[in-house]
Amino acid sequence: MTAAAPEIEVQQDTATPKRKRFQMDDWWGILWVLPSILAVMVFVYGFIIWTARVSVSSWKGLTPDYTYVGAQNFVNLASDRRFHIDVKNTIIFTLVFVIGCLLIGLGLAILLDKGIRAEGFYRSLFLFPMAISFIVTGVVWRWLMNPSTAEDRLSGLNLLFHNLHLDFLINSWYATPTWGIAAVAIGAVWQMSGYTMALYLAGLRAVPETLREAARVDGASEFQIYTRVIMPLLWPVTLAAVIILGHSSLKVFDLIIAMVGKQIALDVPSIYMWTTTFDGFFFGRGAAIGMVLLVSVAVLVIPYLWYSLRQESEG
Amino acid sequence: MTAQTGVHQSRKWVYIPLTMMALFYLLPMFVMLNTGFKSFAEVSLATMWKLPTSLSIENFQAAWEILAPNIWNSFRIVIPAATISSFLGSINGYVLSKWKFKGANIVFPLLLFGMFIPYQSVLIPLTQVMAWIGLGGSTWGLIMVHVIYGIPITTLIFRNYFAAIPDTLVEAAKVDGAGIWQTYRYVLLPISIPAFVVVYIWQFTAAWNDFLFAVLLTSQDNWPVTVALNNMAGSQIIAWNVQMAGSFLAAVPTLLIYIFLGRFFLRGMMSGSLKE
Repeated sequence: MTAAAPEIEVQQDTATPKRKRFQMDDWWGILWVLPSILAVMVFVYGFIIWTARVSVSSWKGLTPDYTYVGAQNFVNLASDRRFHIDVKNTIIFTLVFVIGCLLIGLGLAILLDKGIRAEGFYRSLFLFPMAISFIVTGVVWRWLMNPSTAEDRLSGLNLLFHNLHLDFLINSWYATPTWGIAAVAIGAVWQMSGYTMALYLAGLRAVPETLREAARVDGASEFQIYTRVIMPLLWPVTLAAVIILGHSSLKVFDLIIAMVGKQIALDVPSIYMWTTTFDGFFFGRGAAIGMVLLVSVAVLVIPYLWYSLRQESEG
Repeated sequence: MTAQTGVHQSRKWVYIPLTMMALFYLLPMFVMLNTGFKSFAEVSLATMWKLPTSLSIENFQAAWEILAPNIWNSFRIVIPAATISSFLGSINGYVLSKWKFKGANIVFPLLLFGMFIPYQSVLIPLTQVMAWIGLGGSTWGLIMVHVIYGIPITTLIFRNYFAAIPDTLVEAAKVDGAGIWQTYRYVLLPISIPAFVVVYIWQFTAAWNDFLFAVLLTSQDNWPVTVALNNMAGSQIIAWNVQMAGSFLAAVPTLLIYIFLGRFFLRGMMSGSLKE
């Protein structure tokens, strides 16, 4: 694997900065990208503005109703019990998912960086879940995490634990009160920890060998080399991983639907938005949830985008 | 890698945690296949971890009967979507990297942000517009949506690819009198095949695995395999063993791509971010 930089990896323009350009070509260039720009302007930004407008309306039912109600939908959400569950679940999910991915990803990357012979094989194996749909894995995890704990009705992982005499590990997975969503997050860790590994591995490969050697000469142990030399250099990778994983955990939808369906106890904002809008026709409330999600994601992503792009232009 | 002696000695133990993690990653695959290859008679939740005594494809046959039309639908959606996406991305990436016009520095970040938005913030207008232009429920509507929301990532991958190609190549073509189209057609397009493969695979996988847009925008006749599979898993009538076999069938196309073209898949993944 090439030591590609992770993050958004905005490639440096290798060109001389000041090129001669022909005025005519400026126009042709704009014309060529115009359809795409217009499509994104309408389908991303136009639609966001539209959703924002719906979020301050009293639209209920199948006929659009744009009666302005101010922040009423948002105020209602703030005292909505179901939305409170959503926020709690999102926090638990995000913590388990992000921390799980970072630890497993970093651990695997360090192990693979030892220069073993079967590296390619293991790397491909850890990454293959990325190619599979959350729906597929959700369906499988649903059966693996069968919540039954009664001895005669054990199946899935609980049965496996029993067979391996690890009975203390038997639990009711996603049926666990309060923490059930953490079981769903384990499925998400399975899917995305390989990706985190790939990010870290690229980061490790970018650490010059001379640095490690210099530390060894100075008498640092292998452990110290990791904690004192390499980890600080991996900060940008960690930051990128946290933002990418964190923002995708705010958006998680498919995996939960496939694993546990639409249950209030395992609800998250993206599912609430869906059910309240398209099953319940509370368009105003649905739009408000959509806007809350958008703002949460923007808070994470915009500074990151700004930082990545500024770095590029500074060269 | 230049390995130190200390590293040499410690190498062997590395295989223990790696293999344990490998088992963890393979667990769902094992269950899918192990259950899928059992006969109906042998399937039982209590013997989930026992290997089949004889190989049977009954489960796969049963799952195929249900999912075959949807797998076909998926191909009908994903192939045009990935093809159109690749060409659009290629043109955008080319213009944004080699013919930078005034304002390109504003356009590019705005495009990129589109990659990260939670789609819940555009779903309401999307259904309204789709119904209005008469594409609601159809595969073409879904294809269009995959293409449009794929513009940021495909543009990014191509822009990065073209940015790494020396401008002197473009300059030389200009000196020879080539315009923007000839430069693209005869100079950059032929050398951008690797980027095409990366983008095509990326879009193919993303569209194949999509559920959110598909469940919202397609009618039952046009359901891709993800929607049908989720529906199958939610029903009480279809046995779990058939669900396992169906899950495997739904994963086969993208798994094959990963196995044979994984290198390119990885490159797409690293250059963008996750897009699901």
